[in-house]
Amino acid sequence: MARKMECIAMLLAGGQGSRLGILTKNIAKPAVPYGGKYRIIDFPLSNCVNSGISTVGVLTQYQPLELNDYIGNGQPWDLDRANGGVHILSPYQQIKGSEWYKGTANAIYQNITFIDRYNPEYVAILSGDHIYKMDYSKMLAYHKEKDAACTIAMLEVPWEEASRFGLMLVDEDNKITEFEEKPKNPRSNKASMGVYIFTWSKLRQYLIDDEANPNSSNDFGHDVIPAMHNAGEKMYAYLFDGYWKDVGTIDSLWEANLDLLNPKVDLDLSDPTWKIYSKTPTAPPHYVAPTATVQNSMIGEGSQVFGELDFSILFHNVTVEEGAVVRDSIVMPGTVIKAGAVVQYAIVAENAVIAENAVVGERPEAMANLDDWGVAVVGAGVTVHKGARVAPKAMIDTDVEEA
Amino acid sequence: MTGNNILGIIYSNKYDECLSEITGLRTMGSVPFVGRYRLIDFALSNMVNSGIEKVGVITKSNYQSLMDHLGTGKPWDLSRKTEGMFILPPFSSAGNTGTYTNRVEMLRGVMGFIARSNEEYVLLSDCNVVLNLDIDELMAFHTENNADISVVCKHGVLPKLDNIMQLDLNGENRVERIALAPNTTGEVDYSLNMILMKRSLLQRLVNESVSLNQESFERDIMQGNTQKLRIFGFPVTGFARTIDSLVDYFKVSMELLDPANCAELFNPDRPIYTKVRDDMPAIYGLGSTVKNSLIASGCIIDGEVENSILFRGVRVEKGAVVKNSILMQGSFVAAGSTLNYTIADKSVAITPNKTLSGAENYPVFVGKGIVI
Repeated sequence: MARKMECIAMLLAGGQGSRLGILTKNIAKPAVPYGGKYRIIDFPLSNCVNSGISTVGVLTQYQPLELNDYIGNGQPWDLDRANGGVHILSPYQQIKGSEWYKGTANAIYQNITFIDRYNPEYVAILSGDHIYKMDYSKMLAYHKEKDAACTIAMLEVPWEEASRFGLMLVDEDNKITEFEEKPKNPRSNKASMGVYIFTWSKLRQYLIDDEANPNSSNDFGHDVIPAMHNAGEKMYAYLFDGYWKDVGTIDSLWEANLDLLNPKVDLDLSDPTWKIYSKTPTAPPHYVAPTATVQNSMIGEGSQVFGELDFSILFHNVTVEEGAVVRDSIVMPGTVIKAGAVVQYAIVAENAVIAENAVVGERPEAMANLDDWGVAVVGAGVTVHKGARVAPKAMIDTDVEEA
Repeated sequence: MTGNNILGIIYSNKYDECLSEITGLRTMGSVPFVGRYRLIDFALSNMVNSGIEKVGVITKSNYQSLMDHLGTGKPWDLSRKTEGMFILPPFSSAGNTGTYTNRVEMLRGVMGFIARSNEEYVLLSDCNVVLNLDIDELMAFHTENNADISVVCKHGVLPKLDNIMQLDLNGENRVERIALAPNTTGEVDYSLNMILMKRSLLQRLVNESVSLNQESFERDIMQGNTQKLRIFGFPVTGFARTIDSLVDYFKVSMELLDPANCAELFNPDRPIYTKVRDDMPAIYGLGSTVKNSLIASGCIIDGEVENSILFRGVRVEKGAVVKNSILMQGSFVAAGSTLNYTIADKSVAITPNKTLSGAENYPVFVGKGIVI
């Protein structure tokens, strides 16, 4: 029997993130690189550690190899613990047969035994898809104060975007009165962030009941939460007012990266009291050559910049040769951008090569029809040969031949 | 015994006095170097990259910063159940002579540790040497020459260090004569003080020296045995530097602004490991100008930086100018200030509108935590 924990976290990291296209061809969405050195999952994992939650189950299913390898024994997040720590929980075989995780609720249901080992009072259910810094311990204190069965973190979003989210209607005490899932005409702008705290004894029973219901899709948002609500459980919304972004699409991933360069955006990664941990690459400091110009950008360790860099994020060990231009773009680890190449409004994944005088992406002002414009994406390991062009909005996962 | 049969021994305090400004608060091994490293990282990483699994780090004084840096040895993969990294401070065991004044005493103090090890060979190393060495090649050289002792050496101007060994090599790289810190200005072959020999031989030589009340490793053990033992010099040709003074520290650091030197020292096949600090990547603001510089993670640059090395978490405000300088971890340069040929130790703060200017052969040094 493991030592009792007051609160443990279960991190849903099995999603494919299909709207990220070729970026998630071989890796799960939470493993997608972000912000010059991180991966998306670093945010919820670091939030857990910084909030004092030291037992985290990570539920993986889609392309788990890279994610499992990345998390390892949890050491970069200080989650290599004798008691608790990080555990990778993949679907497994049982006597009655083997079963994939059918839905988010089923994923937790299949791991009830894992949670019971720690005999927690509370369980935080988190998503591995979001960029945000949040103190879960404050939310837990709120959950206890309200004596709630379930507390859902909510964020006030702009009204015009509200219809993309799961919304909550609350009373003056922030008690949830009604849910709306992506409604056409939203009556609330309070969106769910996909961060839940449950009183475990309650949730455990609802999960068992949900599993027994053959009509259920075994999903938190569709089934378990409405069931709890219909049964009259005390459900509260916890207002969060910091930076939060779902990086589910190419555009939002691109934006969320470049948000780091905007001083007005409330996402400070240099705060020593709330560090975001990650597996740090073994590389020397990056080098900016006499021929380089660097403006409003972020550069990771081991990179070498001889060319021009403007409003861009370079991960570690990226080379930008003399005469190459990178602007409004994200370039992931190990990629080489050769002399005379131009990369603009693009995401270039790991270990790609953009050869001499190739052009990736286009500036929106150069487009005749803005509907054809979008961020260009070059997949991992792809070579864009000399002089070739990658059109805006294109997604390239095979080499592009010489023009 | 697992790994490659070599026991690593690192002297962390040797030649502290050469860099007295920086080592006032730390050991030579914990002197910060090239933006994110400490000097001991090179010796440790070289050892680990060749498969050495047991390393003893001899400390004498001022070693808190070193222990803080090394921790359990995890960054070098030396936090192990069997073997791994061992810190060997003075006064740490019976028969230990207490604080050390010379290499023979240092070795005598750790003879118990050496005797309890099972490795067939021992590699001794100082910390003021910066290179990326393939120790497998050294071992092959040692075996090929049927050497008793192999000394890693370099051809160049002799560093100004006490008892530095100048080696006279014959055509087969055998050491025929050793001169100790001779007065010479030309290029010679000199020892980088990485020395490989059988563990049993080291034990015998140290025991002999102790019984004869000899004090000097270089004079009594090395020079004294040039005829009796087969001593060979293993010449290195790539980027290898011995740091012998603050000016030299500055010069060697600046040489790494040449990408060719940097690529040799930080060979990705044999990475140099160091303690992780979990900083964000460096951020360059609008209007910043950076030329020919090495910038570590966590830096926020809004001003002008040229020919400089910025360690982790340095901030240069808009309107500040940093040229030909080395700013260690967490330093801060406020608007309107100008630094030229300056070495700032950790957490130095330069308040607005100050000017500090040294010269290439005499950089200004600002001590740890000083606010100007």
